[in-house]
Parts: sequence; structure tokens; C-alpha cells
Amino acid sequence: MEPAIRVENLGKLYRVSNRGERANYATLRETVMHAAGAPLRWARKGFAPPDPAEDFWALKGVDFEVQPGEVVGIIGRNGAGKSTLLKILSRITKPTTGRVTLNGRVGSLLEVGTGFHPELTGRENVYLNGSILGMSRREIAKKFDEIVAFAEVERFLDTPVKRYSSGMYVRLAFAVAAHLEPEILIVDEVLAVGDAGFQQKCLDKMGTAARDGKTVLFVSHNMPVIRMLCRRACVIERGRVVYSGPSQDAILRMLPDSTRTLGQDLATRTDRRGLGDYRFAKIHAAEANGSGPNILTGEPAQFIVELSRLTPGRATKVDVAIVIRDNYGACLTTLASHFIGCSPEIGAKSTRVQFSFDRLPLLAGRYRLDLWCGTANDEQDVVQDALIFDVNPGSFFPDVADYRLPRADRHGSIAVQYDCTTLSSMRSA
Amino acid sequence: MTAPPATDAPADAPPRDPPPVVHRTVIEPPSGWQLLGLRELWRYRELLLTFVLRDVKVRYKQTVLGAAWAVLQPAMMMAVFTVLFGKLANLPTGGVPEPLFYLSGLLPWFFFSTAVTTASNSVLGAGGLITKVYFPRLAVPLSAVGAAFVDFLVSCGLLAVMLLAYGVAPTWNLLAAPLVVAVVGLFALGLGTGFAALNVVFRDFRYVVPFAVQLGMYATPAIYFAAQAGEAETPSETIRLLIQLNPLNSLITAFRAATVGGDIPWAGLGVAGLLSVATFFAGCLYFRRVEDRFADVI
Repeated sequence: MEPAIRVENLGKLYRVSNRGERANYATLRETVMHAAGAPLRWARKGFAPPDPAEDFWALKGVDFEVQPGEVVGIIGRNGAGKSTLLKILSRITKPTTGRVTLNGRVGSLLEVGTGFHPELTGRENVYLNGSILGMSRREIAKKFDEIVAFAEVERFLDTPVKRYSSGMYVRLAFAVAAHLEPEILIVDEVLAVGDAGFQQKCLDKMGTAARDGKTVLFVSHNMPVIRMLCRRACVIERGRVVYSGPSQDAILRMLPDSTRTLGQDLATRTDRRGLGDYRFAKIHAAEANGSGPNILTGEPAQFIVELSRLTPGRATKVDVAIVIRDNYGACLTTLASHFIGCSPEIGAKSTRVQFSFDRLPLLAGRYRLDLWCGTANDEQDVVQDALIFDVNPGSFFPDVADYRLPRADRHGSIAVQYDCTTLSSMRSA
Repeated sequence: MTAPPATDAPADAPPRDPPPVVHRTVIEPPSGWQLLGLRELWRYRELLLTFVLRDVKVRYKQTVLGAAWAVLQPAMMMAVFTVLFGKLANLPTGGVPEPLFYLSGLLPWFFFSTAVTTASNSVLGAGGLITKVYFPRLAVPLSAVGAAFVDFLVSCGLLAVMLLAYGVAPTWNLLAAPLVVAVVGLFALGLGTGFAALNVVFRDFRYVVPFAVQLGMYATPAIYFAAQAGEAETPSETIRLLIQLNPLNSLITAFRAATVGGDIPWAGLGVAGLLSVATFFAGCLYFRRVEDRFADVI
């Protein structure tokens, strides 16, 4: 069968001028001056070919195919070329080399609410956005009630969207997009919007699209979502597809290779979120008794974070939390100080907060920790992947032989206490 | 590295009832000059309509006066011209009542200048759309001209009222008016589309357009000067020739003749028509040639 998407030897070249700007952006003045200066330059050094160092291949030699009904993820770090690929597939920009063949009606969502106009009402914007995404007015009229119900904005249909809350705005925008019915759907991280409940609704909608046999190309940083929705994923690095295969393996390729040491200095991390009145400085994981970094399932363990207040003022109470994620980024549990009624006071001097386990309930495997700190109303500091560490097989279940100890890659991640007894056998009468 | 062939896809990912393939899109590197792509534009006609509606609605929502604005602007200019050119400079109007003379000249001029100005800025203004979604790019300047046309229609109401007030009965010439307006639109579209593209490619071009439009008004004496009546007063042959090369001169004279009365300058209209068609193709073809760069440059 013909693939829904076939990408052959795709490349995109950007000319970068010496000043770091793209050369195809010009002013009339410069162009005229440049042309006027040409004879002089030519006389001085003869004709020189353009400097290849100024060329930047955002994509080069990209090949892949997506079969009809397949849901494929595209992952890669910032600047790897994902957005360029998306832009070419959505026909926003043209490639420099190669060819893309799309068999089917294409709908592409690079953002939600493209073309929304703040002065227009919700109703008018549904029509506007719908036609921009390629729906006919009849189609929109038919689905109008459904869209409005999905967005939960019935009461505000005739209000200009500039008066909407940001949540309402995003819900309405996504609702229109969600009712697009193309055969090939190209989606760029639009799920990273709205509150948790709405995100779930969007995910469900994506899942439905996949089950309905639509071809979906999904670009995201959200690894658990990629793993959930896509069977296959491509990893893009520096403009090339470096891996294409089961999404689990693709995600692993994306993660940092080496375990970060068990103590991690966080002061230099710049990829953090939050207001920043309070900052995490360090995280440290250890066995409870020794100082050795050998963390074992079922043994005592502790996580110690160091944080301080950066703005002047008295010491205040904050909430501190550690999010424990599995190696694929799925959240397993959260250890929050306020769950157990503890609010550490943090002042200018760096303060250490300890979370400890008598028996660590994590099975042997690799885990990642996010740190979170907040005050009454604000998120103060969030550091993702603050620590990546391995848990080694240990004695959560004391009577099990070593080789039969549960492992995170086979048995899930969490160890729980339970009983198993044989009940007296029942004779069938 | 290449992706694994189709057989490598997991067996449990079945292509369940794939919908029959109707559309096939092939994306390839740009190939230089392209045709206008009118067929595709026609497929996107609803989007075009939506854009026009949006522009019109937004314009009238943002202003206190709303739709009255489209009428007020030419009305004020008409008053100014009547005092300035009619009473003070005493320029000939060919026997036509002064307010009617100036209004019938100003309406097509406003249509033209609004269309060219808004179309020139339209592509830069639609940057958010152009970098996020595909549609035929020509739809952007086209819809700007469409919105200017809606304004023009509204302001024509004023002309109709004035004609009634002065007791001017419509003649068969009125039938030529749509043709004249169509040619004005075509000319504006050609210029606006070309300028829109130049605006993107050369960032400082946008300072040129308002200036050029303003100059254009002075280069179009038909707005405030009845050439037929004052042939003798027109300065030299060269200047007259230059003025006649400006299609708007014949177009505005023709529009006035069609609405207020007078002889339609068919020869001039023919030349203007040819020039407009040429401008239209030149502007659109240049636009099509550089449109692939829009998303990278904006």
C-alpha cells in the first residue's frame, strides 16, 4: 500500500549572513548599496563563490515513511530541525532538496487558535479559525454545537474573545482544531495547553483520532505522551533522522546517557521555571546509614535538597516537593512537604530539607526527580530532571532469591507490601 | 539514515480501514516563476470570503463611528475640495455641480488608495498566519482589496444620495460603472500584491508605499480637474502625455461620466484596461515568485 507520508532526501538550507541574520532578509538600501559596490569588490578580489560557511542545513537527507493509520512521534532537542520539518510538511515553507508526498487530506496544527482575532466574538472566531484550518463553512456550521460544547463556552459565544480568560480562549481554540477531520494530522505540541482536565480531554481526542485510522504525525517534548500515543517515533538530531523505531527506544535515545552523580549542583541550571524568589541549590540522594551512593530497593534512603531565599526578607514558609518519574518521564508519585503537614522555613541562609524512606518502594531501575518549590500563591522554582539515579536490587521482599528480585523494566516501578496465602481448597460438589 | 521499510512497523499497528486516497500533495523545492494558481485560489474561496468579512467586521468594530467612517471620510474630503479647488482656486468642473464632481472623483480614488495601502501591508500583517498554516498566499492581498471594495460600496451610497439631491437622473452610461470599478480593482490588486511582496523582501519598502500613494493623488488631476473642459489650460504636451499614461486618470473620468454624466473616454479606458491587466500579472507573478520565502523571512 502507498504510504500516507513519504519523505525522500529532504533538506532545507538557510543562508546565514555574517551578522547572524538570514541573508534573504534585506533592506532596499542594503541591496542597492551592495549592487553599487559590486564592481569594486570584483576588481579587488575577482569573483568568489559564496562562502559555504554561511550555509546552515536545518534538515539534511531526511527520509522516512508513515503508513496510513500509523501514529508516529517526532522527537528531538530544541533546534534539532523538528520545527523545520513540520513547516515543510505543512507547506508553510518549501524544502531546498528532496520531496514529500502526502496521500490524503492534510490538517496541520502548529499552534492552537491560529488567526484568532481578539475583537471578534467566539462565534465569529470559530468560523474564522475553522476556515483557516481548511474546513468549509458548511462543515463548521454542522459541527458548531459540538465545538462549543467541547470548549464549554456556550455562555460567552457572543463576547469578543479579548474578554475571555486564557483558559477559555485556549479551550475554544483547541475545540475547533479537534473537530478538524483530515486523513493525515500533523500536530505540534498543541497539547501543552490548558489545565490538567482539559489536557486529558485533548489526549483522549488524539487517541480517538488514532483509533479511527487516521495517520498522525506528532511532535512533542512530552515523552510519556509520545510513548502513550505513538508506537513508532523518529529521533531528529542536527537535521537528520538518527533513529526510527519503537517509541520506547526512541525516547531512551533522547535521554542523557550517563547517570548524573548522586549529588547534583543545581545552581548553574538555567532551564528552570517559577518566580525565583527561592531557588534550589543542590540535590543529594543517599542511603540512610552510610554515605555511599548505593541505593537499594526496600532499604532506607533519603533525598536531601538544599534551597535558599534569593530576595531579601524574613524567613518564610514554603512547600517543597520531589516528583519521582520513571525513566520515560511518567510521574510515579510526588513527595510533597505539605502532604504530610510540613512547611519548611527558608531564609537567606541555605537550608536543607530531607525526605526519607524507611524502605524505599522503588524497584531496581533508573529514575528521574523533578524538584518543585512554591509559596502560597506562586510557583517559585521548578527544576526538571534535577537528578537521575539508579536503584539497585535490594531486599524489599526479604525471602526472594537475588535473581528473582523484581525489576523496573519488567514489573513496574513501585514495590508495595501485600500478602498472598493459600486458602483451603474447595471441592466441587 | 533511512527509516525502516513498511514491514518493520509493528504487526499490531493495523492500518484499519484507511480512507480512500483522494488528495495527493507533493511538496518540492521552489521552481522559480509560477503560474497564478487561480484554481487553488478558487478552492479556497471560502477562506477568502472569511478574510474579507474579518477585515470589514474588525474595522467597523474598532471605531466608534463604525460603518459611517466609510462615508464620512469621502464626505469631508468632498467638502474640503469644494472649498479649496472649487471656490478658492476656481478649477473647472466641466459644468458638473462641484460637490458631485469631487465626490465622484474621490470615491474611486479612495477605493484605489485604500486597496493599495492595505494590500501592501497585508502580508506583513498576516505574518502570524503565514508562519503557521498553509493557504494560497495570494488570498491575503486579495482579501485586503476585497475589504476596500466593501468600503467603496458603502460610500457609493453617499454618491447615490447626492445624485438624488441634485436631481441627476441615471443614464445608460451607469452600466459602464461596474466595468470601470473592476479595472480600478485589477490595477490596485496588481500594485498592492507587488508592493506586498516587496514589503516582505525589502523591509524598508513600506516607507515608500504611503509616499507613492500620496504622490499618485497629485498625478491624478482627474480627481479635481476637468480635463475636457480645460484642454487649453493643460500645460505642455509632455505633461499631458504623462498624465494620460496614468490609468487612474481615464478610470476616474470614466467613473464620473458613468455616474454623474458626461462622455466616457473609451480610448483612455481601453489603454487603462491594458495597463491594469499588465500590472495585475506583473504584481501577482512577482508575488508568486517570492512567496515561498515569506515564512522564512517574516
